[in-house]
Amino acid sequence: MSKLSTNKNSTDISPHEGYEFSQKHLLGLSDYSAQDIQYVLDQAVSFREILNRPVPKVPTLRDKTIVNLFYENSTRTRLSFELAQRRMGADVVNFSAGTSSTKKGESLKDTIRNISSMKIDMVVVRHESPGVAHFLTQCVDAAILNAGDGAHEHPTQALLDLFTIQQVQGSIKGAKIAIIGDITHSRVVRSNIIGLKKLGAEVVLCGPKTLMPKFIDQMGVGISYNLEECLEWCDIAMALRIQLERQDRGTEFFPSLREYHENFGIKLEHLERYPDFKIMHPGPINRGVEMESEVADHERAIILDQVTNGVAVRMAILYLLSGGTRI
Amino acid sequence: MDAEDLNRTYLRFAHQFLESYDDPKKLAIVGMQTRGVYMGRRIKLVMEKELGFDIDFGVLDVTFYRDDFRSKLKMPDVKVTEIPFDLYERDVILIDDVLYTGRTVRSALDALMAYGRPRKIQFCCMVDRGHRELPIAPDFVGVQIPTYATEEVRVRVKELDGEDAVYLVDGDDALNDNFASKE
Repeated sequence: MSKLSTNKNSTDISPHEGYEFSQKHLLGLSDYSAQDIQYVLDQAVSFREILNRPVPKVPTLRDKTIVNLFYENSTRTRLSFELAQRRMGADVVNFSAGTSSTKKGESLKDTIRNISSMKIDMVVVRHESPGVAHFLTQCVDAAILNAGDGAHEHPTQALLDLFTIQQVQGSIKGAKIAIIGDITHSRVVRSNIIGLKKLGAEVVLCGPKTLMPKFIDQMGVGISYNLEECLEWCDIAMALRIQLERQDRGTEFFPSLREYHENFGIKLEHLERYPDFKIMHPGPINRGVEMESEVADHERAIILDQVTNGVAVRMAILYLLSGGTRI
Repeated sequence: MDAEDLNRTYLRFAHQFLESYDDPKKLAIVGMQTRGVYMGRRIKLVMEKELGFDIDFGVLDVTFYRDDFRSKLKMPDVKVTEIPFDLYERDVILIDDVLYTGRTVRSALDALMAYGRPRKIQFCCMVDRGHRELPIAPDFVGVQIPTYATEEVRVRVKELDGEDAVYLVDGDDALNDNFASKE
């Protein structure tokens, strides 16, 4: 019935066999190897499935308390993180700078140390200054997740973009991605370029010269000032939000929104002329600027898939960073 | 146990399932990741031959519901769960390779409930090795093997491991052996 065995020829079933995810934080995709990123994306597939269940909730993080520290406004990212946390059964506390002791002059370091004394396991932080997430790792023991720091990185947005591209294209390797719009002020684009390049995609940036940072080609991307040629080439056109608040402050980077739309807005006629590419946008959309309103609602726009995938990807990264016990 | 023993057991399971349910249309089989899935598929094939129609089949991964994953250093891989039918008022047979502490089955029950309210859930395993830590008993058992806690039972399936067999591996070998083992 039973026999002793020292037989070792087991068949590989997972491409990640023998690999160990050893990251403690998510500060930016620059700290993650290609395999780390691919592992998060592959794990996210299982989390995506949870969202379709009749009871879309699992108890995996019920022993964890997470604080969402938002020093900058956000709708999608904050809601998406909070949903992901609640779907996994975590206890969630929200902090927004507007209604807190920050107004009384408490420093970031004091705030985080106070919050951490309340026994917090993970911190999700958004701040207008680059490097805040990194700074927090030196203040507290909790796992830190960067939800956007200045114009530096926005790793979870990039992960959800990568996940969506993988879903549409089958694989990121070799995918042709055009990123269109305000490259200078976008943290989304920086994380995306890092992630896309690590996983072997081809990236071309497109936008007005005034919004194209110098030396950005050092990141291994192509640069184009011609929307038509980008749309003809690409599998996916990722439009970035024109940050109207910067346009209003008198620091104008192009003559008018209308002119921007004429030159760099995606229009219905483009969809007809180039029948293959799909459209992504990190939100919030300025209808009639980055794209015509009809384009945003077109079946080739996968913008709302991005939002759904965002919850799944954030669940995956929260799960992976929640960690086992250090022995 | 070798391939022939296992095949006989699959055949027995299939007939036991058919015997105990008067309405096989209500029946659904759910295999637990990883080996339980392949076992489930075998049994499903035999039953379908007998019945002449398809039986609903699901795949369940219980990682999210485990109570012990925090005690390990590495977060366990999450595998696919796919239950492409409504569980409401169904008779579900849950299939896994080895029944040990009963904790995996407990997690699986929780997981299944998230998909709806089945009329009945029964549990079938190839090997019952004892050492239960929870009040859980199997409804269908391939073999009962008395074991020591230091030993490991390995069910191997052709699709993953190249052969159909069940091994009892003793403590030292279990430590030295580094191929994917049942948790």
